Amino acid sequence: MISRRNLLQAGAVSAAALALGSRPSLAANAPGITDAEIKIGQTMPYSGPASAYGVIGKADVAYFKMINEMGGVNGRKLNLISLDDGYSPPKAVEQIRRLVEQEQVAFIFNSLGTPSNFAIRPYLTENKVPQLFVASGAAMWNDPKNFPWTMGWQPNYQTEAHIFGKQILATKPDAKIGVLYQNDAFGKDYLIGLKDGLGADHAGLIVKEASYEVSEPTVDSQIVTLQGSGADVLLIAATPKFAAQAIRKTFDIGWTPVRYMTDVAQSIASVMKPAGPEKSKGVITALYGKDPTDARWKDDAGFKEYTAFIAKYMSPADLIDANAVYGFGVAATMVQALKQCGNDLSRENVMRQAANIKDLELPMGLPGMKINTSPDNFAPIRQEQLASFNGESWSPFGELLQG
Amino acid sequence: MAIATDDPSAIAARPVTGPDPRGRRRLAVALLGVAALGLPFVASGYHLFQFSQVLIYAIALLGLNLLTGYNGQISLGHGAFYAIGAYTTAILETRFGAPYWATIPPAGALCFAAGFLFGLPALRLGGLYLALATFALAIATPQLLNFKAFDAWTGGVQGLQLGKPHAPLGLPLTPDQWLYLLCLACAAALFWAAANLVRGRVGRAIVAIRDHPIAAEAMGVNISFYKAMCFGVSALYAGVAGALGAIVVGFVSPDSFGLPLSLSFLVGVVVGGLASVWGVLFGALFIEFVPNYADQLSDLFGESAKALPGAIYGVLLIALMAAMPTGVAGAARSARPLVSRLFSRAKRA
Repeated sequence: MISRRNLLQAGAVSAAALALGSRPSLAANAPGITDAEIKIGQTMPYSGPASAYGVIGKADVAYFKMINEMGGVNGRKLNLISLDDGYSPPKAVEQIRRLVEQEQVAFIFNSLGTPSNFAIRPYLTENKVPQLFVASGAAMWNDPKNFPWTMGWQPNYQTEAHIFGKQILATKPDAKIGVLYQNDAFGKDYLIGLKDGLGADHAGLIVKEASYEVSEPTVDSQIVTLQGSGADVLLIAATPKFAAQAIRKTFDIGWTPVRYMTDVAQSIASVMKPAGPEKSKGVITALYGKDPTDARWKDDAGFKEYTAFIAKYMSPADLIDANAVYGFGVAATMVQALKQCGNDLSRENVMRQAANIKDLELPMGLPGMKINTSPDNFAPIRQEQLASFNGESWSPFGELLQG
Repeated sequence: MAIATDDPSAIAARPVTGPDPRGRRRLAVALLGVAALGLPFVASGYHLFQFSQVLIYAIALLGLNLLTGYNGQISLGHGAFYAIGAYTTAILETRFGAPYWATIPPAGALCFAAGFLFGLPALRLGGLYLALATFALAIATPQLLNFKAFDAWTGGVQGLQLGKPHAPLGLPLTPDQWLYLLCLACAAALFWAAANLVRGRVGRAIVAIRDHPIAAEAMGVNISFYKAMCFGVSALYAGVAGALGAIVVGFVSPDSFGLPLSLSFLVGVVVGGLASVWGVLFGALFIEFVPNYADQLSDLFGESAKALPGAIYGVLLIALMAAMPTGVAGAARSARPLVSRLFSRAKRA
């Protein structure tokens, strides 16, 4: 007679045998993985109009180099193949196909640009290749139902504008809002998020929307138009150069609305100082990371970790570059997901673990800011904190807010 | 080869004795055709995608070469016609549900009209002034595609996504193989048309306009008509290329058609050789593959040299132009008498 215990033992043995026996087939299921290496692919605009973002790719590569020198992830070295796409979507499609078909990478990590990622998503979805931590703030990367292989990373623009909308309602329910936005996906997402945050009942608070093209020399005339509309709250959804102009112009024409500004333009060195410390006092933004040019982090442990990384693996000029901070954070998130994978580095499991990050704190993340993902939440960073500029640095106020 | 027909020095240099050049040309075309037809059955999907791009670029370059090489009108704005072709396909497919193959002729026709109309005012502009006017076209196009009022059609900065075409009639081909063959068929037809065009009366007329407009006019060539027509045909080629590009890549956005695209077309034409039908194939190979090699080469300088691909591309381009100032076709042209002399000497020995 077969006892219950025998049966269990037999089951355990065969399960173990299955587990052992299934190792080779697992490897077959996981291209780009050997016992010594995890091969990862990425496209970056190292040349072309957006080449300033290339620092992100360099920081990603440098961070993985640091991890490799510390022994890699579960004994495997990370090999990131980062190719130039010149910010051209057709080139990105070609390079991604090269990475997947020729180089046989395990997955795609942190490719940059909204249009490029939009262009490669159908191909990666069709071939079930993870497209992880997309370097773009568009809201569309958080769509696990339709695109289960694609995940964003940074707070998306809509999330942030949503937070601003709620804050405006809470502090100034009868506000008259003027919006300055860049005429592209970034600016338009911002408008959507703001209207969403205000809710249908209060959408009428927006009295004027003024857009600008990246190719315009200044936004002075837009600011004057917005002033003329009688707005007493100004939302600046602009990239650094234009944000600095907007801040300066509002001050120079003696207009004193409450100024909210996107986190895209929160660098003290490249926006607030050029605009003028006096003129930029009182500007409100939302933070999720530490600004390396903000003096208050001087003795912060996470900031020291970051400066040590830059000193050893990057060039000194990169220290105050927000893109280097970005790469430092997103690469750390990737390493965490890979650590969780253990020995099962199949594409399915990489995706499963990326969607299962719990309370990860980053050295350059705001204190208390935690990264969380789940199968129905593909937006890793959702928390931001409001902060106002005091002429020297950002002083945070209020709680961490969730968009 | 057809490339020599407009070049009197080359005709003079052609050896009178030796093997029949016509037969040799046919043999070369046949070999090229066999290789091109065989490629989809040996190359991987990724390489087929690349070679589809090469064929698409070759079509666009051929159009530009008709204009710049044969007719002497410099255009820095052919990326704009390429974009119009691509967007015509994308809009017809996504907004009107047209099948992808049916969008190619309207894309070409629309670009022909656009090119012809642009060519009319361009008649008053010569040389560098025309280059500047077309340059403006190249700069304006991405912004127009981005323009708010057109968003409902163009998808704005986000662009438009197209479905992936599958082989028709249940042919046992992968989508990559099918798209490559589609591009090959279009390229073959357009190359054949261009080769005939430049060999005939029209070709002689447009070359005469380039070489000596007053003499051409005195001989009864209608300069304004031929110039505008040439612009139109050239834009048609670019438009068909753009349509095929949209179908193969499956995506269009303003960022796909920036200034670098227009400039790379001009680079391709010059590298391939001005006033050459077959030279543009080399130009297309150059603009498709050399940026990739530049990226790989820059890796040799270490990870921190990621800013270098542009510089290395430039060095390679300068080196090539120093070695072959008249492009690949020009070099082949001047090499031919040398080679045949070598052959005849070997025969004598």
